[in-house]
Amino acid sequence: MGAVLSLDGLLDTRRVWKGRPVVEDHGLQPTGHAALDAVLPGGGWPAAALSELLLAEEGAGELQLLWPSLARLSSAGERVVLVAPPFIPYPPAWQAAGVDLRWLSVIEADSQQSLWAAEQCLRSGSCAAVLCWPQRADDRALRRLQVAAETGQALAFACRDHSAALNPSPAALRIAIDTRPAQWRVLKCRGGLAPSRPVSASGHAG
Amino acid sequence: MLWACILLPQLALDSVLRGRDDADQPLVLLTGPTNRRVLQAVNPAARALGLRAGQSLTTAQALAQGFATVEHDPAATERQQQLLAAWAYRFSSQVSLHYPRALLLEVQSSLGLFGPWPKFEARLRAELQALGFSHRIVLASNPVAARMLANAHDGLAASDEQSTRAALAAMPIDRLGLPVEAATAFKRMGLRQLDQVLALPRQTLARRFAAEVQLHLDRLLGLRAMALDCYLPPDRFEARLELNFDVESNQALLFPLRRMIDDLAAFLAGRDAGVQRFSLFLEHAEGADSLLQIGLLAAERDAGRLLELARGRLEQLSLRAAVRNLRLVAEELPAFVPLAGELFSARAQQQQGWEQLRERLRARLGDEAVRSVGVVADHRPECAWRSAEVAAASVACPAPRPGWLLEQPRALPLEGLRLLAGPERIESGWWDGGDVRRDYYLVETIAGQRGWAYRQLGEPRDGPLWLQGWFA
Repeated sequence: MGAVLSLDGLLDTRRVWKGRPVVEDHGLQPTGHAALDAVLPGGGWPAAALSELLLAEEGAGELQLLWPSLARLSSAGERVVLVAPPFIPYPPAWQAAGVDLRWLSVIEADSQQSLWAAEQCLRSGSCAAVLCWPQRADDRALRRLQVAAETGQALAFACRDHSAALNPSPAALRIAIDTRPAQWRVLKCRGGLAPSRPVSASGHAG
Repeated sequence: MLWACILLPQLALDSVLRGRDDADQPLVLLTGPTNRRVLQAVNPAARALGLRAGQSLTTAQALAQGFATVEHDPAATERQQQLLAAWAYRFSSQVSLHYPRALLLEVQSSLGLFGPWPKFEARLRAELQALGFSHRIVLASNPVAARMLANAHDGLAASDEQSTRAALAAMPIDRLGLPVEAATAFKRMGLRQLDQVLALPRQTLARRFAAEVQLHLDRLLGLRAMALDCYLPPDRFEARLELNFDVESNQALLFPLRRMIDDLAAFLAGRDAGVQRFSLFLEHAEGADSLLQIGLLAAERDAGRLLELARGRLEQLSLRAAVRNLRLVAEELPAFVPLAGELFSARAQQQQGWEQLRERLRARLGDEAVRSVGVVADHRPECAWRSAEVAAASVACPAPRPGWLLEQPRALPLEGLRLLAGPERIESGWWDGGDVRRDYYLVETIAGQRGWAYRQLGEPRDGPLWLQGWFA
């Protein structure tokens, strides 16, 4: 007989995972793409959680996916932050996509500091969406982002390379973005089974 | 005015019990000199063993064994009563500790906020239950009547003078707080209830009994007012909990800590204040106390959050010796500003404002680190944007433009490249030295990315394309 442990004690110290965590309703966060919303369990981005976008190549279509959400948030007067983007956001295109530039902030930081900055932004609760491009993010770093997103009830987006798809990740949603054909594959979504069929990337003719 | 009396029949026992997590173990409070120890109070488990208040300790030990004994500490009981007054101050501006083991609250003026009375009473009971105090609550039209009715009733609500008088009339004469000799005299005269006494002519009563008897009866009926000194809450919070045994592990400190933080939250709610920083002293048997400072970004008073924070700090602390007592001190109690929640937006309002966050980021990353993006009305892509402290107005753009711009254009090999659109000529800037004459193409790479590339005017048609942006 092993030592008798009190169940309450174990739960209190958070050493036991209770399965099916209570999903808090933070409101709907539609992606702006009807076909994608239809397959996602929450009808959109997982609110107050980390979403991972896995890109086949640099500049492979993450903005097409994100712009409708960013436009919706920024025009509602909520702040969108880009933490250490790999390129310069070209304002005419962002404006044409409907993003209100007054609510768009860019933070310049090196790769070490960028995770810290992203976590601060997420945790503060004053940003609605935070985009970051973690380069050598390990499981621990992503988990920190996920917890920060829960605390600050913000949408966190981490754009990473396709090769990271093989590693497990604490993100609530993982979408791989393919270029040929242009499609989005949902690899993991919390609260439901990942749909087996890819979603065609609308508006990306080619 | 309406007065509620909250009688705490076993305040001393409750104040000991709420500091312990083994409430169902037999426990007795001891009092009296060393040669004659007497049981002051017993809890239900001890009563089940046959122990009664008033027994001597030797009798108790002869009757049963295995009960815990705690020395009765009047000062600790007094502190608990002060805490309860601070708690009650939340519900009424007139709280009096005139009677021992009882709280008097003026509630008529609070009914608009917390009422009606049944609801108010239920809330008082629920909170007292959560704080761990057994209680009796009575409502009457004057404080003395409320206190005396609480001797015989629980849950009585006499909301006007007639019903108060009617309730008093049926009270036994010895439960009315009259001087003992007067109560005995009334009983010997065959007067068992108050209405029999009130039926007597006033002059004869005044002739036979001391003046204070008549005064007390008048106050009881509300004919004469009584001056009550009201409770004034202190400006700081300090609580101390004696653990009575040495605690070696952090986990075991959590239960008493939760109690103290609940008390702090009740106190803060009464003062309508929050706490931004508080200190937890862990007192050891010898040596200096260990100090745990807990600071928050904003004033907070929710017990759950405060406990979560304190617990986070406590778990990191390695105890250098066993802990004997806990002390919690909060000096600064700033006004509490609740988070403004919106009805339809479920996203919590900002816990830390953007300005504050920006300062934090700038402090670590440099002054230039946080920027907005501005638009400049220029056809040259590299000139059409600038980073700015504040973003500027919009510029319409005719043709599709890429979302990402490369800092430096880079050569793009022509193999596998597909030209989707173009050329679009951009020729500008001859006046400021940054002369640009380019043909722009929308291209697709072999991997399927779509880019925005140009060729300098005058370069050969099979010359390299320069990639300037991605249509991501």
